[in-house]
Amino acid sequence: MAVLVDNEPGVLARVIGLFSGRGYNIESLTVTEVDPDQNLSRITIITSGTPMILEQIKAQLGRLVPVHQVSDLTRLGPYVERELALVKVVGTGEKRVEALRIADIFKAEVVDAGLDHFVFEMHHRSEKVDAFIDLMKPLGMVDVSRTGVVAIARGSKGL
Amino acid sequence: MLKKTAETAEERDAEEQMMGAEIVIRALIEQGVDVVFGYPGGAVLPIYDALFRQNALRHILVRHEQAAVHAAEGYARSTGKVGVVLVTSGPGATNAVTGLTDALMDSIPVVCLTGQVPTHLIGNDAFQEADTTGITRPCTKHNYLVKRMEDLPRIMHEAFYVAQSGRPGPVVVDLPKDILQGKGSYLAKEQTQRLSYRPQTRGDRGRIEEAAALLAGAKRPVVYAGGGVINAGPEASRRLREFVRMTGMPCTNTLMGLGAYPASDPQFLGMLGMHGTYEANLAMYNCDVMLNVGARFDDRVTGRLDEFSPNSKKIHIDIDPSSINKNVLVDVPIVGDAGEVLGDLLDIWRAKSYAPEQKAMAAWWAQIEDWRGRDCLRFEQTGSEIKPQHAIKRLYELTRDRDVYFTTEVGQHQMWAAQYIGFEEPNRWMTSGGLGTMGYGLPAALGVQVAYPDALVIDVAGEASILMNIQEMSTLAQYRLPVKVFIVNNQWMGMVRQWQELLHGGRYAESYTASLPDFVKLAESFGAVGLRAEHPDELDEKIVQMIETPAPVIFDCCVAQEENCFPMIPSGAAHYEMLLGPNDKVEKPISEEGMVLV
Ligand SMILES: Cc1ncc(C[n+]2csc(CCOP(=O)(O)OP(=O)(O)O)c2C)c(N)n1
Ligand SMILES: [Mg+2]
Repeated sequence: MAVLVDNEPGVLARVIGLFSGRGYNIESLTVTEVDPDQNLSRITIITSGTPMILEQIKAQLGRLVPVHQVSDLTRLGPYVERELALVKVVGTGEKRVEALRIADIFKAEVVDAGLDHFVFEMHHRSEKVDAFIDLMKPLGMVDVSRTGVVAIARGSKGL
Repeated sequence: MLKKTAETAEERDAEEQMMGAEIVIRALIEQGVDVVFGYPGGAVLPIYDALFRQNALRHILVRHEQAAVHAAEGYARSTGKVGVVLVTSGPGATNAVTGLTDALMDSIPVVCLTGQVPTHLIGNDAFQEADTTGITRPCTKHNYLVKRMEDLPRIMHEAFYVAQSGRPGPVVVDLPKDILQGKGSYLAKEQTQRLSYRPQTRGDRGRIEEAAALLAGAKRPVVYAGGGVINAGPEASRRLREFVRMTGMPCTNTLMGLGAYPASDPQFLGMLGMHGTYEANLAMYNCDVMLNVGARFDDRVTGRLDEFSPNSKKIHIDIDPSSINKNVLVDVPIVGDAGEVLGDLLDIWRAKSYAPEQKAMAAWWAQIEDWRGRDCLRFEQTGSEIKPQHAIKRLYELTRDRDVYFTTEVGQHQMWAAQYIGFEEPNRWMTSGGLGTMGYGLPAALGVQVAYPDALVIDVAGEASILMNIQEMSTLAQYRLPVKVFIVNNQWMGMVRQWQELLHGGRYAESYTASLPDFVKLAESFGAVGLRAEHPDELDEKIVQMIETPAPVIFDCCVAQEENCFPMIPSGAAHYEMLLGPNDKVEKPISEEGMVLV
């Protein structure tokens, strides 16, 4: 669900309050200003529910005063989604080499390194990020930070 | 020439610096407000000071902030205008929360101005600080915290726009004291604009055509109209009447919609739902095409969802897209203003010269008349006790030729009022439907009486509910508002007792009110008139005396204590499982799902 909102105080609280108050799920939520001139932010929400619930979520979001537009990307057609993760792996010897080799396969970049640690930056579809993290766990992963999903429709049309 | 002066006036405004509190007052006046219901306190003193120095706005001093909101609701619901509330920060704002929630549930346009501690103290747990926008976010349509002087005029105008456009609702504007005390310049309504929030009022033409065709082919149609028709203005009710009469279809109203269609009309089936009529509920169950105008398939109306009108095609007209397909999946959704869509529907119907099939309609009406023959609201007034139904029926019959408005509290008396009082016009009936707020009726009546000083305004009350905002008797006295409080005194929280009788084995836990006040003396202590009726023979005479008293009255109508409100669809039951009277037993035990419902 992509939601274009006025970038004003409380707008995120309204969206989150709507989800918790009406018992909808939030699996992931990201928000950042996308149009400083018009003062617009874009919220990307991953949620789940029956078709009736999804229609409700869309209508309820549309009812919030600072909301300009709500689009269910999964229903509009093909779309691209991406997520970024920073993954810290600590270790030496064989495990360290293995971590680096896997990072290479996943095209993850080393953004910080020491003699006993790496921080990898990895971005892709969430499932691929999941897979990368799963592989890093036994190799000494001590910390992970993920952005949540952002998404956009394929093709030439804007929101 | 006119234009030129307006421009110079605007230019003058832009240069002229005035206090934030004055900007607030000026915006209220420009928005056409003539009365504000409020209660002062430290954070809003600058506004009170500005009020003191002008004459265009009237302020009604209530005795509790909850009552201020209900009064504004009564005013709004009876006039179609926005009701305005002014309360202080902290406890003033928190006291208003019940009223705001009530207005949200029943879609009543209210603008509530709340005081706030100065901006630099926000978040410091300052004296009388409350996170008002946080607390009221889920119980308002929208709310604002004014943090910058330059935003103040825009937010004031926007609040009115949001409160009354689309599906109406309450809007809070939280005003820090430094903003009220600071200086800024005024902007007129036209000079401010909001980009988002443009609700759709015109319905999709293709859908309306589809609806018309569906209705034209119906053999057993029913029109189910709700509060949205009232909110859409008197013209919407007029069009509803025109459509129903032209097509010969039966029409039922929800609790919030009473008055949208005239009660005395033979095509009116009465109210539907949990305490609705037999004929209305069975028509809903058995219809083949349902036209829902401005109602929301509320659980009080649908009963058990999987048994709700199982064989009908459903058309739903609603200005709020989120009301559509929320509880009940419909076949033809139409987003738009009830009045505008009904106008289009009428045009299409005429242009296509549609006419319902005579034979099928005759058979459908014969069926309905058969249900009507059950006379589901029948009761017997015998013996020396006043039956509550009889009391309300007489109250109606003795006032029906007057310019009368009714409000209610919440409970059995509310349902009896809905059943036995006939409303011919919209905006004459004010009740707390969605939230079911005991204590609503007296302050709402106060608000109606402020709007219509010469009308007869009656709060049909229960002895338990009335105690929740009884302090407003003092407001009535101060402003000489001759509201009549008609207490249907059964000494029980009757609706609670009824549920305990039917669903909890007659274990009457805490539903009897001992130590009730003497309502006659109570009235007198507030400077009002107290009347009491204990015997059926004196009822009429006392009601007439009440009507003729040019002052506020509390009427203590002592009624049979254990009367139940029928018909009743027990929670979790279907429309055809209605209980018609005390001899009808709940046939099967209420299902577990039913027991958890309220
Ligand atoms: C503020 C509030 N608290 C509790 C309730 C639950 N409730 C619904 S009806 C009712 C009893 C009302 O008693 P009364 O005013 O005497 O009316 P009656 O049913 O006897 O006509 C109660 C407690 C409510 N609706 N509102
Ligand atoms: Mg009672």
